[in-house]
Parts: sequence; structure tokens; C-alpha cells
Amino acid sequence: MKALHRLRANPGATYALGIIVILTLGALIGPLFNPNDIATLDWAHVAAGPALAGAHWFGTDRLGRDLFVRTLEGTRMSLGVGLTASAISLGVGVAYGAIAGYVGGRLDQLMMRFVEVLSGLPLIFFVIFLTVVFGRSPYLLFLTIGAVGWLTMARIVRGQTLSIRQREYIEAAIASGAGTLRIIVKHVVPNLWGVVIVYATLTIPQIILFESFLSFLGLGVQEPHSSLGTLIAEGAGEMEAAPWILLVPGSVLAILLLCLNIVGDGLRDALDVKER
Amino acid sequence: MTRYFVKRLAGAIPTLFVIITAAFFLIRAAPGGPFDQEQRLPPEILANLESAYGLDLPVWAQYGRYLTALAHGDFGPSFKYKDFTVTELIGQGFPVTLELGVIALVLALGLGIPLGTFAALRHNSAADYATMAFAVIGIAIPSFVVLPFLGLFFGIYLHWLPVAGWEPGSIRHLVLPVIALCLPPLAYIARMTRGSMLELMRSPFIRTAFAKGLPLSVVIRRHALRPALVPVAGYLAPAVAAIMTGSLVVETIAGLPGIGRYLVQGALNRDYTLVMGMVIIYSTLLIVMGLLVDLLYAWLDPRIRFGH
Repeated sequence: MKALHRLRANPGATYALGIIVILTLGALIGPLFNPNDIATLDWAHVAAGPALAGAHWFGTDRLGRDLFVRTLEGTRMSLGVGLTASAISLGVGVAYGAIAGYVGGRLDQLMMRFVEVLSGLPLIFFVIFLTVVFGRSPYLLFLTIGAVGWLTMARIVRGQTLSIRQREYIEAAIASGAGTLRIIVKHVVPNLWGVVIVYATLTIPQIILFESFLSFLGLGVQEPHSSLGTLIAEGAGEMEAAPWILLVPGSVLAILLLCLNIVGDGLRDALDVKER
Repeated sequence: MTRYFVKRLAGAIPTLFVIITAAFFLIRAAPGGPFDQEQRLPPEILANLESAYGLDLPVWAQYGRYLTALAHGDFGPSFKYKDFTVTELIGQGFPVTLELGVIALVLALGLGIPLGTFAALRHNSAADYATMAFAVIGIAIPSFVVLPFLGLFFGIYLHWLPVAGWEPGSIRHLVLPVIALCLPPLAYIARMTRGSMLELMRSPFIRTAFAKGLPLSVVIRRHALRPALVPVAGYLAPAVAAIMTGSLVVETIAGLPGIGRYLVQGALNRDYTLVMGMVIIYSTLLIVMGLLVDLLYAWLDPRIRFGH
């Protein structure tokens, strides 16, 4: 509660949170208020400029598709991937870190060594490989990106667990005969929430960035669906003749990532979480 | 100390070996092959091609052949760029990528560290807030958004700089890609330097240095800078990785003839040898960077040199 109060006292984070809410709502319900859909080609308005009074508020792309709807759909896709993959990396990271930190000893050493080796590898290569090997499905995209994101979370959770393990209530639980699994689930994990929330918030923009990076390279979301990354890739090729095709999704992605980062930083300060 | 580095160096070889093996079998597990085209090749020609490149052998035998060739420094022929070996392709593109990456890294360090120090010394001033705002923006906004926006502004509207393209020896063509590439690590380094500098300024030995009557510039240069840079040194390897991945898109957008495009293109084309060559180059670079960071650590923090 105190943390929420402190977050609200931070005007930057409050505004950023407001913008995120507006963007999310817009992405979810915005298309309802616009008659266009993502795949319809309007041959009368090919690469038309933005016109708030016309049929296409943000203009159209090279194929005459409505950019307003496509950008909102792309935002929804980016947010969806970001949230899902963050949830995956959060689940894996918390379980992994809590077990390693609580059990300790040999197992801890082994598990953390594994994390260390993985984070030393150029993981982007393996994600590129995986998407090439298994084709480009959105589910695989969630999985591969989530698989990359859990490493930092595991390391941070482990560190926090190490200090929780020393607390009296853990000793009390052991004394009253609770099993290892029960202690981890009932006593360790609930006390991790502060760190976990902060790093989850900071993971989401990283994952959205990563997804748009892959989509930009043509390895992520496929036509006719759009993510902000594919839209930016499209716009970058057309920017001389039709700069809005780049500017609209580019600005949305930039604003979204910026706000998510500001909220994450704000939460970290509000909850007073130490890095590492 | 020496023993530690010999150990680390010896540890790097198995890591590289695991990476090579994993990449080799992963790319070969992918459906399709390097000779799939729109128009199917007649089976006789396909068989000839495959036997010419040794693709008709079992995968294990191919793996053995590849490793043997690799041990002799031969990356093999490219499957898609006919008449080119992977060594030639990488040899042509690597200098461009290296130039771009090194300039970006040097700028990120050379501007990020002073900027962070400056912000820390002016703690809670407008300059401090401006620097931190810049840092958040730099960290948040990816290079593939920054570069087209810069190109639009400085290239298309102002006509100051070329949007894309490359001429050997031309600096003008590198300006925008370098800015886009160095911005995220620069911002990160500035923020880290500021953080550790702020903490250090409160420590007793700095207070002592001021108490002796040393001027600020001497305190910073002789006492504070080195310990403040320890976390920055730890960030060097991730920074190089970030610049490498950034160069994949930056080179594509800016039309630079580096090796960035080969990784994704090679993987999509099933150009097995080219992808392997890229993986080996990039992993080796990262591993060497990790070793350099350890050396830097020891130089920055003498406590690491003597035992733990």
C-alpha cells in the first residue's frame, strides 16, 4: 500500500501508467470504432496520408490497408506477446530461482552454473535458429522469447530466497514439520512478490522489444497479422514517399516502451528493490 | 592470476565446441535444404549437387568432415553465394561490421562515462534530470526505430546525411548507423556510472581525499573513477552483445555491406556453412570479450588480483 502511494507520488510514473492504460484500451476496443479491418485493401486510397476527417485516420499503407487499425492490432499483438512471454519467464524464473536458493548446496551450484552458461551464450542466435527450425507460429514465439527471459528472473529470485531462508518463520515452518516443497510454495514464494513484480514490469518492455526485433527481421508475426515490428519494417522501406507508414507504428512502439520502462523504474524505486 | 586465465581460456574451448555442435545439428534439423528453389531441380542435378557438397552423407559424417575442415581453418563453401567461400564472404563484410561496432562501443564508453560522472556530480540538478531522461529514452527505444527516424529527419527532410548506402572510407554514411547503434549502450553506461559514482562520493576515502584539500578533478580522476568503473566493466560483454544484435538490423536498414545480414538470411536460406561461420565468429567475439572483462576487473579493482 505504501509502495502504491509512493508510486502515485511519482508524476512521471503515474502519467506513464495512464498512457499505457490508454494504449492498451485503444488496442483492445479501438478497432470497434473504426469501420476498416486489417486485411481489406482500399484501392482508391493507396499510401494515402493521414486524414482525421477521412476514412483512414492514420492513412493507409502501400496496399491500401488502414494504418490505424493495423497499428492497433500490432499494438495488441506486441502487448499480448509481451505479457504472455513475461508470464512464462516469470513462472519458470520464480520456480527455478526459489528451488535453487532454498535447497542450496550442490543443486544450487549446478542450477546457477547452468543459468550462467546460458546467459553467456548469444541467445539471439538460438531464438533465430528455433524460429527457423520450427516455423513461425505465434505460440512458438511466446515460448522461445519466454525461454530467454527467465534467466535474470531466476538469478534475482535466488538471491532474494537466500535471504528469506534465514528468517525465523522459515525456521518455524521447518520445526513444525513442513516439507521442502510446502515451505517453498507457502512461505518463500509469497514473500518474493516485491522483487518479482518489479522485474516482471521491467521484463515486459524487454520482451516487447525483442518480439518487434524478431518481427522486424521477418522472423516473428506473419502477414496479414501485424506487430509493431513488422509495421516498422514495412514503413522503413517506404519512408521517402510515405513517412507516416513508419512514423505511426514507430512512435507507438517508442512511447509504449518508454512508458513501460518508466513505470518499471518507478516501481523499483517505490518498492526499494536493490538490483542483484 | 596467469593460472586463472589459462583455466578460463581452456574453459572457453568446450563452450565454443558445444555452441558449434548445437548450431550444426539445429540448422540441419530444419525442414528444407539449401537447394530448395521455386522451381524444383531435376533429381539427378540435385543428387549431383548434394554429393558435390557432401550433403548425401549421414549427418554424423558431415559433422566430422565439418569439424576436420574447421580445425584447418576452413569454413567451407557457401551454398547460396555460389563461387564464394564463407571465409571470403565474412572476410569482405567483417571489416565494415567491425568498424561500425568499434566506433559505437568507443562512443558509448567515451560519452557515457563522462555523462554519468557529470550527472552524479550535479546530483538532483536540472542537468542530472536531463541526463537521466536521456538515459531512459536511450535504453527504451530500439535502434530499429531510432535509425529510420534519424534517416527521415536528417536524410530526407534536412538532406544533411545519406539515409542509406555505403562508400568505402566515407564517414558520412556511418554517422546515423553509429548513433542508432551506440545509443542504448551509451544510455545504459551513463546510468550505471552515475549510480556507482553517487554511491562512491559518499564513501570515506573520497571524503578523506577532499579533506586533504584535493581539487574535485583530481579526486575524480585519481580516486573515484577507477572503482566507479567496475560495474561498467561488467556491462562490457552485454554491451558488445547488444551492439552485435543491433548491427543485424542497423546494417539492413542502412544498407551497409557488413556481415549482419548473413545470419538471418543464411538461416532462412539454409546456407548451413554461412550460418555456422557467423555463429563461430560471434561466439568467439563474445567469449574473448568475457576474458577481456576479467582482465579489466583485475586492473580496476586490485582486490580481485590477490585471491578473491
